[in-house]
Amino acid sequence: MGRVAFHALVGVLFLFLLAPVILVFPLSLSADSSMAWPPSGWSLRWYAALVQHPGLMAALRNSVLLALLVTAAALLLAIPAALAIARGRFPGREALFALLTAPLLLPTIVLGLALLILFAGYGLIGTWIGLVLAHLLVAMPYATRVLVTALGTLPAGLEDAAASLGAPPATVFRRVTLRLILPGVAATCAIVCLVSFDETVISLFVVGPRLTTFPVALFRYVQSRTDPLVAAAAAVMILFTLAVVIVLDRLIGLKRAVGG
Amino acid sequence: MALLLLIPAVAVNLLVFLWPMLNLAALSFRDALPGGGIGQVLSLGTWKDLLTDGYYWSLLLNSVVVSLIITFAALLCGYPIALFVHRASPRWRNLLMVACIAPLLVSAVVRTYGWLVLLGDRGLLPSLLRGLGWARPPRLVFNEVGVVVALTEILMPYMILSLLAGFGRLNPVLEEAASSLGARPFTVFRRIVLPLTVPGILLGCLLAFVLAVSSFITPSLLGGGRVPLLATEIYDQAIVSLNWPVAAALSVIVLAVFGVALTLYGRLSRAEA
Repeated sequence: MGRVAFHALVGVLFLFLLAPVILVFPLSLSADSSMAWPPSGWSLRWYAALVQHPGLMAALRNSVLLALLVTAAALLLAIPAALAIARGRFPGREALFALLTAPLLLPTIVLGLALLILFAGYGLIGTWIGLVLAHLLVAMPYATRVLVTALGTLPAGLEDAAASLGAPPATVFRRVTLRLILPGVAATCAIVCLVSFDETVISLFVVGPRLTTFPVALFRYVQSRTDPLVAAAAAVMILFTLAVVIVLDRLIGLKRAVGG
Repeated sequence: MALLLLIPAVAVNLLVFLWPMLNLAALSFRDALPGGGIGQVLSLGTWKDLLTDGYYWSLLLNSVVVSLIITFAALLCGYPIALFVHRASPRWRNLLMVACIAPLLVSAVVRTYGWLVLLGDRGLLPSLLRGLGWARPPRLVFNEVGVVVALTEILMPYMILSLLAGFGRLNPVLEEAASSLGARPFTVFRRIVLPLTVPGILLGCLLAFVLAVSSFITPSLLGGGRVPLLATEIYDQAIVSLNWPVAAALSVIVLAVFGVALTLYGRLSRAEA
């Protein structure tokens, strides 16, 4: 195969890969009352319709709040756990790390069903506690993994030096360890935020009629209709993700954040 | 001391992971009673019904076949991109990597909607075909075609990243040596490039297959209820029919498919190494 032909093939394949994401933007600016291609004119009417859609806006607020709650909870749980796994020397360390990251290996459709069956018996379906717990199921493995990696790349000598100079363990943690793993903590925040904000399948099982998340509301909307309102909502979601990634990149650099 | 720090995280893990999963497996050994109730005694009734009903076997077969087609398509589409990115200069490489990873950050609902816009009856592609004079182009959504096309695209980033991770052994010097000894480009690819990239191919295929078998959003939206697969059936049984024992048993079957795929991957990797 000639060089030109190979480059043309790669170009077409990249177009295939990126088309559905790119297409959302022009469609969200359509002036038509239903999905039609090409749009007969351009307007911001679907963004206005999105802002005025009470169901979707309530779901968007829920998702943002949920992402913040899940991030806080995941940090509180994962920082001590990551410290113990990265610094501790006890039997079963590897097994515990495997257990904490195992949910990532299983299909979300199965995890969601398992939570539905258990939560239904305790009245946790459609509650904030239920949703936070469900999102922690997928957020914790990411948080633990990123933080253990961040701690593993630290020069351990600095902590020993502080301790040998008389700093109590809590001070060593606060003044040395925490400051050094700050990039890792920031990366964890961003990743957990995105994972929670995007999580759809598990949420589908644990949301209730009064409490739903943005991706679930969008999923239900697409089930019934495909007008450009979804494109506007999708554009908002993509821009939210982009904003988180850019903030992370500006703050600490993307490569450093993911431990590369 | 170290164990004390682990208690909260492990407690949450037991509460939302281990306990629900064991409970799920146990539920497949109960009977569903009419009206959504669940029997109190252990029984093999659910498994017996499931394994003797041809519908569930066809569901399993359909899921596996569709997922294999998607895996193969993702490999065919991902391989040239991975090869191109691997050979690009460092500056281009970073940019191309971002282009490969970016779709991963976009929700599956959004990307599936993108495919509805492209393939739907009033979408871009059918409009284009009509414009070219094809009065009644074939339907591309609410059937297997749409699901396969969309899932191939959605799983491509995983395939590309796995391939790139396994491309470490690829060395341009070997290719140059082969061509300088007179091998045609296709021979170089078949005898040098392809064998060296088998580890990446195996990893990418495992990931794509496993994700395809368990994917729910895309088959649900693009299949429109006309493409019965294991994952969509689990959801329907759990949410619509309220038959939790059957949903639980189907989940165990999905996990078994995962196990078979992992075992096969292990065997093939060892044989190759």
